[in-house]
Amino acid sequence: MRRSAVTGVGVVAPGGVNREQFWETITSGRTATRKITFFDPEGFRSQIAAEADFDPKAAGLDDQEVNRMDRYVQFAVAAGIEAVKDAGLDVESVDRERMAVTLGSAVGGTMVLERDYVVVSNHGEKWLVDHEYASPFLFHALVPSTLAAEVALRFGAQGPSVVVSTGCTSGIDGIGYGHQLIQDGEADIVISGASETGISPISMACFDPIKATSRRNDDAAHASRPFDRDRDGFVMGEGAAILVLEELESARERGAHIYCEVAGYANRGNAYHMTGLRPDGAEMGEAILDAMSQGGIEPEDIDYINAHGSGTKQNDRHETAAYKRTLGDQAYKIPISSIKSMIGHSLGGIGAVEMAACALAIDRGVVPPTANWENPDPECDLDYTPNEARRRQVDVALSTGSGFGGFQSAMILARPAELQEMGT
Amino acid sequence: MSVPTPESFTSLPNDDRRAVITGLGVVAPNGTGTEAWWEATRAGKSGIGRITHFDASQYPTQLAGEVDGFEATDYIEQRLIVQTDRWTHMALAATQMALEDAKYDPEGKDPYRMSVITASASGGNEFGQKEIQNLWGKGPIFVGAYQSIAWFYAATTGQISIRYGMKGPCGVVVQEGAGGLEALWHSRRNIRRGVDFVVSGATEAPIGPYALTCQMTTDRLSTAREAKSAYRPFDAAANGYVPGEGGAIIIVEEAGHASGRGAPQVYGEILGYGTTSDAYHAKKPTPNGGQLARAMRLALDRADVSADEVDAVFADAAGVPDLDRAEAEAIRDVFGGRGVPVTAPKTMTGRLYAGSGALDTAAALLAMRDGVLPPTVNLSRPAKGCNLNFVTEAQDASVNTVLVNARGFGGFNSAIVLRRPA
Repeated sequence: MRRSAVTGVGVVAPGGVNREQFWETITSGRTATRKITFFDPEGFRSQIAAEADFDPKAAGLDDQEVNRMDRYVQFAVAAGIEAVKDAGLDVESVDRERMAVTLGSAVGGTMVLERDYVVVSNHGEKWLVDHEYASPFLFHALVPSTLAAEVALRFGAQGPSVVVSTGCTSGIDGIGYGHQLIQDGEADIVISGASETGISPISMACFDPIKATSRRNDDAAHASRPFDRDRDGFVMGEGAAILVLEELESARERGAHIYCEVAGYANRGNAYHMTGLRPDGAEMGEAILDAMSQGGIEPEDIDYINAHGSGTKQNDRHETAAYKRTLGDQAYKIPISSIKSMIGHSLGGIGAVEMAACALAIDRGVVPPTANWENPDPECDLDYTPNEARRRQVDVALSTGSGFGGFQSAMILARPAELQEMGT
Repeated sequence: MSVPTPESFTSLPNDDRRAVITGLGVVAPNGTGTEAWWEATRAGKSGIGRITHFDASQYPTQLAGEVDGFEATDYIEQRLIVQTDRWTHMALAATQMALEDAKYDPEGKDPYRMSVITASASGGNEFGQKEIQNLWGKGPIFVGAYQSIAWFYAATTGQISIRYGMKGPCGVVVQEGAGGLEALWHSRRNIRRGVDFVVSGATEAPIGPYALTCQMTTDRLSTAREAKSAYRPFDAAANGYVPGEGGAIIIVEEAGHASGRGAPQVYGEILGYGTTSDAYHAKKPTPNGGQLARAMRLALDRADVSADEVDAVFADAAGVPDLDRAEAEAIRDVFGGRGVPVTAPKTMTGRLYAGSGALDTAAALLAMRDGVLPPTVNLSRPAKGCNLNFVTEAQDASVNTVLVNARGFGGFNSAIVLRRPA
């Protein structure tokens, strides 16, 4: 069976817009949530978000890219530049026909779609909008495949190229898709990951009526409180991460630094409700067990769980139940954390950012914490690594995701068995 | 402790598991219901006409392939209709048809062995336009509760999964116009990994004022005023394409599962697939068919089928002169001078984006079933460089193996090889 190694990591996230700043943020326990500055949030129920102070030029994008690309595409290209460099890949010399792009996004080009709509409709006045005011790259915003097309163009990738749009599990699923391409021999190198920039009025407004987002507007820094008793919803974020996946043997032959490999990936649907979760976590549990079984992973092998931990009442309860039903007593012993407590929930992007966190945790032997954890919730009684990072050898990390539409995904990253020290 | 096993299955690829197609459901501009659409298609009857969903008189593009007479209430309850966009209504209707066609009742079946994997390019755009209009015209509190679940590209897969209790690996793929084929192949990837039954395919509903405005920015839409002269791929008078709505839902099933339950028919097997990326330019169409040819060759190689065994090619048929020439060049490159029959029934529906790959697959399967190749309409004089053996009138033929092409804006090239069961 062909295996996929992670050989490069690139991140754009709130609190620091590259891999090292991201790592610094999430291991320091510092929160990047704040009152929204991108637009005036007056009149919205939730007025807070984790915004990234991103400068596309500084990240290496050229003038034309900045002009034509929506923010979520810019994030992915920036993270891609960083990841490809980190992998030490010379894209001029690799077989680009065997290089694929698999990227997740839940809401795609919403920001540009909304920005242009305000103009063509003259502030929501005309239903029959004035097409003369449309910007020349507006179709690019309508179809989120633009994300894969642009990243493929930037790196000259001529292999399979696809966007995966499974709501809030898009990030895990985007990487999982790339992993399957490598397994099946459809590609040797995959620029995989996800990107999302949903801090715009329409995206904020659509979560208001269903009360999914936090309304702790007067205390933004402490608003994202996964697993804490007083959590009141998620805090919108934005972000992207790219993981360069390579067929393990060829990565080893070229002497690449191998962060870890994808030891298992699975997804399931809950077939229950578009936004609701059954409290028992059965379907997420199935995804976890499938991923473990693929990699021959036992509960004792898992050193870290990176939770979806969105900070909604139902999610954190659901996820805790899923861990208990699959890992038994071991669920109480494994450090768990939600980095959404610090960088918010970037919808389809966050799953990839969380996989980046797992790859770095394995590489650097540190488990990032859950910030803002103060008061225990009787229904969430596991070890959520409150507030402070822990030094710990991490050979195997599990990450889970859950999203609107009922999607449940799990991925396990592991140091390849042949590189693990026996007995540690 | 030991390695746990899931109640359902471990998703590792198994070469013995093959993917066949056992059910079809169609909602198309020239017919709703598989047989009604297929009869119109064989007869060369077009569904392209003046836009009636809204007053399009101020727009340069005034023609589209609209699905007339489609009533969501014939298929789904009112409660669900108000929570979803037209694109999802069509998919739910087509799913119902496809399940009936496959004679499969998901009730009581192992939920984890059933999946939903669809493609989308334009999502719930009209629902989204309404809510953005409410937000900017009236204020945030006027945005409805269903925007969060109706607009995003995963809405259709999620709703089908919930409606039929399908808990297997679910997916949503986006490759603009190529996504319909990718969804079918991704279904096969999952069947190889343990799923038995996948609701796949794609629909689209991109004929709203804002979505149309978005599409016009590509400069690839026809501005002709007569249906006959608007979408003429490979013709010397090609002048862009006409967008359309609808598509097909396709049941992809593990071969042994289909035979074990006595499925009423196997339309064909998904034998091979190839997908490549041009990585050429952010907006300009590639004048070069090299990557499309490579996608076709990959599909043939994976299928272990030689080019000579292919009885017909269902073309992507962009209707954009550069892209038409690139496709014609790629087909000649792969199939040589033997004159493989080439057809493009989408000339009767317009381009349905992700829906097209699914609908063309349905047409290819029925061509194999009935031994007849559906025609390409509006093609009278091939453009320079576009000489191929076009099927311009329905013709009887022995059709056992077909190749379907689909391309997407942004440089996506896909080809799938289907074979009729022996």
